[in-house]
Amino acid sequence: MNRTLLLILGIFLTIASSVTGLVIIPNWQFQELKPVVKSEGQQFPAPYEGEAAQGRRVYIDQGCIYCHTQQVRMKGYGADIRRGWGTRRSVPRDYIYDRPHQLGTMRTGPDLANIGGRQPSSEWHALHLYNPQITSPGSVMPRFDYLFTEVTEPSQLTNLAVKVPVGAAGKVTHIIPTERGQALIAFLKRLNQAYPFPEANQ
Amino acid sequence: MIQNQIVQNPIPEALRPELEARIEVDTYSRPVIVLYWSTSLFWLTFATLAGLISSVKLHSPGFLGGMEWLTFGRIRPVHWDTAIYGFGGLAASGTLLWLQARLCQIRLPFRELLLVGCVIYNLGIAVGVVGILMGQSTGVETLEFPLYAIPFLVIPYVFIVIANFNMYWRKATKHTYVSQWYLMAVTVWFPILILSAEACTNFGAVDGVAQAIANWWYGHNVVGLFATPTGIAAAYYLIPKVIGKPIHSYHLSLLGFWSNAIFYNWAGTHHLTGGPLPAWTITLGVVGSLMMFIPVITIGINHHMTMLGSFHYLKTSPTLRFAVMGSMCYTLSSFQGSLEALRSHQEVTHFTHYTIGHVHFGMYGFFAPLMFAMMYYAMPRLTNQEWSSARLIRIHFWCTLVGMLLYVLAMCFAGIRQGLMMNDPSIPFLNIVKFTVPCLMLRTLAGLILLTGTIAFLINFSRMLTRHTFTYSTPTLFTSNRRWEDILEKERELTSKQILDGGQGA
Repeated sequence: MNRTLLLILGIFLTIASSVTGLVIIPNWQFQELKPVVKSEGQQFPAPYEGEAAQGRRVYIDQGCIYCHTQQVRMKGYGADIRRGWGTRRSVPRDYIYDRPHQLGTMRTGPDLANIGGRQPSSEWHALHLYNPQITSPGSVMPRFDYLFTEVTEPSQLTNLAVKVPVGAAGKVTHIIPTERGQALIAFLKRLNQAYPFPEANQ
Repeated sequence: MIQNQIVQNPIPEALRPELEARIEVDTYSRPVIVLYWSTSLFWLTFATLAGLISSVKLHSPGFLGGMEWLTFGRIRPVHWDTAIYGFGGLAASGTLLWLQARLCQIRLPFRELLLVGCVIYNLGIAVGVVGILMGQSTGVETLEFPLYAIPFLVIPYVFIVIANFNMYWRKATKHTYVSQWYLMAVTVWFPILILSAEACTNFGAVDGVAQAIANWWYGHNVVGLFATPTGIAAAYYLIPKVIGKPIHSYHLSLLGFWSNAIFYNWAGTHHLTGGPLPAWTITLGVVGSLMMFIPVITIGINHHMTMLGSFHYLKTSPTLRFAVMGSMCYTLSSFQGSLEALRSHQEVTHFTHYTIGHVHFGMYGFFAPLMFAMMYYAMPRLTNQEWSSARLIRIHFWCTLVGMLLYVLAMCFAGIRQGLMMNDPSIPFLNIVKFTVPCLMLRTLAGLILLTGTIAFLINFSRMLTRHTFTYSTPTLFTSNRRWEDILEKERELTSKQILDGGQGA
């Protein structure tokens, strides 16, 4: 019986040690992280609100994380910065409002930590999401055409409509992002780790 | 088979009570184990199909397009979650309960509770899958199931933990066999693991990067502290059992167990190498991963040295063939994993298909074959029937081996090239994507081969359930040559201390 208790205690201690070391201690370390607040009520990073928060939910439910990371590795480790995926490495402070985190572990597609800075145009995002072959021929990204309404008649146009290049989608002349489509685009445009946190240069 | 021997060949009187007790233990646990294993095979097939769909979508993105619920980002997590929780969870739980009952030499307790638990658990997986397909994934890798599915998965596990502890406490044997340490460890680790991880991620105890660490501490450990120990327990049981030789070294198994327990659960942060984490967390992960050489080598020596001189049995025994494939892939994939954790290695292979190749090496090269071996060994004893077709077993084995190897080689090759190209900023990203496409097609082929093997196994398995097979004859072997007779002879000769108790005393 004593041996049994010893076995179970030992087994328990092994996992308790790693919970403490890898989960509890890092969390203490990060709790001090605060955003940098600029005078005009601007802050970096800013919490996700409204459309961006809704768009983040679309990003999660479409499973973008399975092909895209949101983390830039430091200079000299990989070629993230030289590829133009960011101007500095990502730091813990960039993620203080991320719940759930979407760091990702796979780059079937490029990193998205700064996609908002790299592709600021809503039209580009709309066309890319509607059919990646329009903007990125040869891409293996699926179409998210269900986040758009297709327009074939001029009478259906709204101010949100995006022109589709002639011949790219048959009779479809324009696409109009649905509410979820708009939210996703708003979120992608928000993804930007431009603010130079001092710790990013260490 | 044992029963057949009793019928056909008289066995020494001294062994008869023990054999009869063993038959009773097996017969009593039958409904529970058969339910766990047959549902696990349902999820294996489901996961394989979901994996195939994901695989095709990655080289032909138009495949099954236009259906939001089947988009790559949903079917891909469904594949992994049904593989690890559906197939993995149920196959491992069946193995755990059967092995523990056998090694403790007592009847499975709380049989009805465990049956109800299995039904609830299956419902939980189904609910979780529907949730993900409807877009309600939590977005945390390997913990994607929506929160409303979690109670379905946790409650049955509580039953399993209680049953396992109950058996261990009341065990009829004086000794503890090495497999039992691993089984006890799984039941302590897994609940702590999943509850801490769920608390940190989906219940929002921590945010941002700390959540990522908790996520990968879990993601790595669900393989390392759940699938791996069960697989090792099965290998420790099956190899000596089939070849009729005790484990090579008791002391090595002790060293292997504790070093595995100490180091494995520190290894997870290597999944975030290069990420926005404090360097010390990654360093811990790398050190933990490299220290894994100790348990991997000791366990490897123990398994392979036990096999030494008995490799000719691989020609005859299906159980042994799967078990040895599993234990060999354990050694190889663990070596690969430890090296993969190095920062210089990760600079290239992190974020690439290489990781996917490695995961499948571990899950389909090591864990799955050991679960198959367990079923090949135990099902005839549970149902008192034999496997109906040696040819189907052969198809299953070769498809598993060839499909797995093709998968792993294609993905690891693609991953290394992909990583090297990504680290060269002069190569446009889309060129990298185009380069990987042929390898991704090879993966689909590998998936089809694995599916063929699974179907062969399903046919054999379901014939056993529907009793379209034979009873009271000799075991189904690859070839019926005389060596198998030697094995049976040996099994009868072995003393209870060596085998019936489960070999080495503790």
